[in-house]
Amino acid sequence: MIRVDGRGDSSSLIRVRGLNKTYSRGGEKIQVLQGLNLDVDKGDFVAFMGPSGSGKTTLLNLLGGLDVPSAGSITVDGDEVTHMSASKLTQWRARHVGFIFQMYNLIPVLTAFQNVELPLLLTKLSKAERRKHVETALGVVGLTDRMHHYPRQLSGGQEQRVTIARAIVSDPTFLLCDEPTGDLDRKSADEIMAIIDELVGKYNKTILMVTHDPVIAARAHTTLHLEKGVLIEGGKQSQPVMAGGAA
Amino acid sequence: MKFSRLIFANLFRKKARLILTVGSFAIALLLFTFLAVVKSAFSRGTEIAGADRLIVHSRIGLMQLMPISHGDKILAIPGVKAVTHNHWFGGVYQDEKNFFPQFVIDPENQRKVMTELVVPEDQWNNFLKDRMGAIAGARTAARFHWKVGDRIPIKTTLYGGGSSEFNLDGIYHSDRPGGDESQFWLQWKYFDENVPAVVKSTAGWYVVKLNSPDDAVRVANAIDDKFANSSFETKTETESAFAAGFAKQFGNIELIIITIGSVVFFTLLLVTGNTMAISVRERTSELAVLKAIGFSGRAVLFFVLVEAIIISLVGGLLGLALAYVAIPVIGIALTGLLPPLLLSKSLLMFGLFFALFVGAVSGLLPGISAMRLRVVNALRRV
Repeated sequence: MIRVDGRGDSSSLIRVRGLNKTYSRGGEKIQVLQGLNLDVDKGDFVAFMGPSGSGKTTLLNLLGGLDVPSAGSITVDGDEVTHMSASKLTQWRARHVGFIFQMYNLIPVLTAFQNVELPLLLTKLSKAERRKHVETALGVVGLTDRMHHYPRQLSGGQEQRVTIARAIVSDPTFLLCDEPTGDLDRKSADEIMAIIDELVGKYNKTILMVTHDPVIAARAHTTLHLEKGVLIEGGKQSQPVMAGGAA
Repeated sequence: MKFSRLIFANLFRKKARLILTVGSFAIALLLFTFLAVVKSAFSRGTEIAGADRLIVHSRIGLMQLMPISHGDKILAIPGVKAVTHNHWFGGVYQDEKNFFPQFVIDPENQRKVMTELVVPEDQWNNFLKDRMGAIAGARTAARFHWKVGDRIPIKTTLYGGGSSEFNLDGIYHSDRPGGDESQFWLQWKYFDENVPAVVKSTAGWYVVKLNSPDDAVRVANAIDDKFANSSFETKTETESAFAAGFAKQFGNIELIIITIGSVVFFTLLLVTGNTMAISVRERTSELAVLKAIGFSGRAVLFFVLVEAIIISLVGGLLGLALAYVAIPVIGIALTGLLPPLLLSKSLLMFGLFFALFVGAVSGLLPGISAMRLRVVNALRRV
């Protein structure tokens, strides 16, 4: 169940309470997030929408442990993320978070296989085990036949599929997608969204996605709007929904 | 190592830049090694000087002659084991550029004092019997392709001038690594018979062999005291001090070489550091992604450092290989102008450690900046 009223119970996979984020710019304090609450259960697929500068990416960065809040707490699968040290946060990200970026952010000098393998280099898996995991992940996104291609030899859509494979290869607790289709044409965007749908429907992945595109957002279980630093339920479903895509 | 593919892939990202950086590192290290070899060549006299030998020369200067009778008086001083005397012949073989030092020696005592310069017994006996005989150092003999039995014409402008042909009776070797094998020895008796009266029965300098190196200061003072207030006052110093003083006649070689070496060192730091800084800046978003997916700041620092060290190591090895090939060639070309240029194993090892050190230092700043990179800021720049 996705809730923004702060009344979710402790069984939520992701629990955000009173989240504040303030930036200082030229001596002026800008409050991006104001006392934000959020509860997301395992298998939920939530889209965040809102105008530019509304704090969508900031929220995603905070949820992914890439940034620290000014106040409030984030708990993921029982781990209080907010007060972790930088090194613990790095380890936590490696175990729990898969990132999918708008610009793909693949390493251009590595093949698709090597890019997907990167998160596994931080584990104790053997070379053979890593290979198996990478091939499985590339199989999920339908790119097994392109595994030895470099990013420059792939289309935008294929690059994004490699990014998805890299995000899921270590089987993280949840995925964060920042405009995953923002740089793609409609056909490629549909292919990417079909993969994301499959990750939620077939593999029961928890996905939090930022998008500007209402058509893309409509594929999520719930669309939440960020306005003036607070989350407002809206989009396809305005009421809290059950996990797994059931309304 | 599971990260090697990532490190090497990044290393070869810009091949032209990599080649240029490695090349500039190699050339700089070649220069650095050459300077170190030259410095070592100038200080070698000090390094290989006998600790149990003193040089006695005129207090006025090296070119001032002393009476031959000083030899017996020096020998009488307690602690002195043997004394030999030398003259500077100052001759020219064929052309002035064919310089090598020619010493008029005292055959009776030469081998008692200069024990490390070894002449085969039969050759030495031939030399003793031959008034016009000569012994050449192995390096000089090889340089001019001389062999025992050759006649060597030497022209001199000193001692009334003139030209003589000497019989090469033997070739000496030094049993100390890096020892001087460039000298050319002539018979004192022949010399003494043919020089003007003012030069007869004189010695250019004396070399004194001590019973013990511990006696050096005492014996040196005793020698100088013995001839104090005479017409031929002496200055006695250890052979190493004499060699160091002799090298200083060329100027402060050490300071010049250290100065140029420092410039090379900082140039290397800047070249490699700049390459790594550009490389890190180009990869800001990639480094941010690595950190986002769980690579620690230390891991990122490690990658940058390893890249810098590999560049410097490859450049360093290349530079040392070039030095290994080029220095003997340069040494031959500069024969007579500089002491023998020898690239020792210890110098090669020093060069290698120097390369590693420069690599680590040059990668440190870009590495720390990569380590401290804030993922959120870096991704925003994309």
